[in-house]
Amino acid sequence: MKFINILLDGEEGLFKPKSLTPMQKLVLRFVVVSLVYYFFALFEGMLMRIMQVDASLMPADQYFGMLTAHPLVGIFGSTYSLVFGAFLFLVPYLMKKPLWSYKLGNLTYLFIAIGTLVFWTAGFLTHYSPLYTLYWPLPADFTQFNPLGGAFFITGIALVMVGTVFFVINIFATITYTPVGWEKQNGKKLLGSALGIDSVKNIFRKKQNRTEPLVSLPIAAVARGTVDVALNAGIILFTGVLILVYMVGHLMGYDLKNTAVDALLYKNWFWWGLDLIADGLVLIFVAGTWYLLAMLITGKELFMAKIARIALLVELVVSWTVWSHHLMSDQAQPGILKILSGELVTAFELITQGLAFFITLVTLWSARPLKMTNPLKFLLGGLLGFGLAVPAGIMQADIGLNRILHNTQWIIGPHVHVAILVGLTMTLYSAVYILFPIVTNGAKLHSQKLANVHFWCHLLGGIGMGAFMGMAGLHGMLRRTLYYEGEYNLYMILALLSGILLTVGFLAFFYNIVMSLGLKGVLQIFTPSKLDVNDIVPKTKE
Amino acid sequence: MVDSQVVLWGQTIAYTCYTISIISLMAWFAYKITKQGDTYKAPNKLFYAFVSVLIVAGVSLHIITYNTIPWSSMDINRADIKADVVFDITVANHEFQLPAEKLMIKVEQKAMFNVYSKDLTYGFGLFRQDNSMVFQMQVVPGHLNDILWQFNSPGVYSIRSTEYSGPKGAQMIEKDVVVVE
Repeated sequence: MKFINILLDGEEGLFKPKSLTPMQKLVLRFVVVSLVYYFFALFEGMLMRIMQVDASLMPADQYFGMLTAHPLVGIFGSTYSLVFGAFLFLVPYLMKKPLWSYKLGNLTYLFIAIGTLVFWTAGFLTHYSPLYTLYWPLPADFTQFNPLGGAFFITGIALVMVGTVFFVINIFATITYTPVGWEKQNGKKLLGSALGIDSVKNIFRKKQNRTEPLVSLPIAAVARGTVDVALNAGIILFTGVLILVYMVGHLMGYDLKNTAVDALLYKNWFWWGLDLIADGLVLIFVAGTWYLLAMLITGKELFMAKIARIALLVELVVSWTVWSHHLMSDQAQPGILKILSGELVTAFELITQGLAFFITLVTLWSARPLKMTNPLKFLLGGLLGFGLAVPAGIMQADIGLNRILHNTQWIIGPHVHVAILVGLTMTLYSAVYILFPIVTNGAKLHSQKLANVHFWCHLLGGIGMGAFMGMAGLHGMLRRTLYYEGEYNLYMILALLSGILLTVGFLAFFYNIVMSLGLKGVLQIFTPSKLDVNDIVPKTKE
Repeated sequence: MVDSQVVLWGQTIAYTCYTISIISLMAWFAYKITKQGDTYKAPNKLFYAFVSVLIVAGVSLHIITYNTIPWSSMDINRADIKADVVFDITVANHEFQLPAEKLMIKVEQKAMFNVYSKDLTYGFGLFRQDNSMVFQMQVVPGHLNDILWQFNSPGVYSIRSTEYSGPKGAQMIEKDVVVVE
């Protein structure tokens, strides 16, 4: 009976959905969408892990359809949902003013949720599988892919990008606008401070004329990462329209000449855009989140806060000039771009991310002894993830080493999966655990033991998977292909076992959250709140 | 020229050592952070020393590899190096079209592989019989994709596409077609 009560009403019945503000409900909706799509990515990831052991289990086109959707569901459906939801809540919460548009926030969550479902369904049913890299002219190769399925796929991505644009508008408008009844705020100055223009001006000012920043460091991190979000949305939308033109042309009986688009130029263009995510907004948002978490956990000021603020700006500029490390095996790519953008600018990421790592650790150290809470342990896990994955990436961004590492499992294992699963996801879990009592008005976590299972399974599973994939890569195993003769089965079975650990960790977390809130509570997240839309949290809690 | 297998072993050892170090450091930090200790304010010079280490590490990696991995400089300067043997290879419809049934190379020769794609973006990789990779490059349509390589010991190698070009791409393997003797 007790189990049923907890399942329905949550731990000790402490979660009261009626007490939630519209903003709290909004962020919780984003979290639910994020968890659902994380499960999609996890489930498909596990199916593909099994296929890496026995490739005969399903048709190859089904496998590559999943491989195309997997990173997009993970990044857009899960991570974008969680990050956008958290920032749409945190920016007004930290600036102590209402979100510019609650309706736009709701539309963001709906567009991302629906868009992800559309492109996932299109890929699953029609096996449209040019992969996220979309190397031209593959996305317009209608001898392999159905143009109608492709058109739906691209439409789904476009919906996600429209939701993303709404997020961008909402963030910058919230930072700069003046709420009704407030004294007029200088939007231009707030924007300048958020983007770091005042920091640049200060460099050229005399000491006595220097100004203090108008927005806090976490807000600056959100704003600067959001610049890359906006640029990336523009690139993906443009590319999507280009591909749609070819698809619609084909469906109407016009075979457009796909050689009209230069494959190398397209590759440069598309990687420039994609790196705004991988080497831009992810690193900027993560650094900003580390700083915020370190300050919340310790209650202290950030060590070297001014340098941290400048480093975020440097990271933004680096993210615009770093793309060529993806083209080091392209022999027609100019050598100067390989050396300057591919090697040297990429090495800057070791510095900017290393600074964030160091600043966060020193801030934590300054407050010891600290209790090993869930936010702290997941934050340390996230720091370790990037501590492992960034140097792995710097190594492959080398002209000599790239010749024997490019497109192997090394890239996708120790670099990409460790960065995303351990570095990024554990940082996000840290934020979820620290925000949990704030956005639920004091709901109690059902089980600390399950939280510990979540931590250890996720940490060991994530690092283990990356390590075994990396070992296979060093022995020549390629990514984006299938092996039919069990050439790498030892490594792939060990990676599969690591994946099972990750799955156990997620299920422990999911069960813990459901039991904390109760099924009734989870469902009521989706009903309208009767409280004032301008309140971030209930007035009594402020 | 040193074999790429040797470089991979070097990288494996270096990264394994680094991995053990960073995991140990974080485990130690996680243990110590919960213990009572002296109030410690990190001096700014510690921060700048750390930044200097990062800069040195980031830049020196490329200087060291450029001077120790022989194909790095050969790749950048390949237009000025005369190849001993040249192979023109075409790729179309997910198939490699080789100039001969076997590509024969003598030990110590510098071989140039010119690969052209007539349709999609592919990859061109050479693999040992234990499936480990000798080298790879991308094959982009509309551009010359050339790689110069010196073989220092006898061997038989397979060619495999190293870039995804649709589900059919996984089958793009030409077994034991490069022979070095």
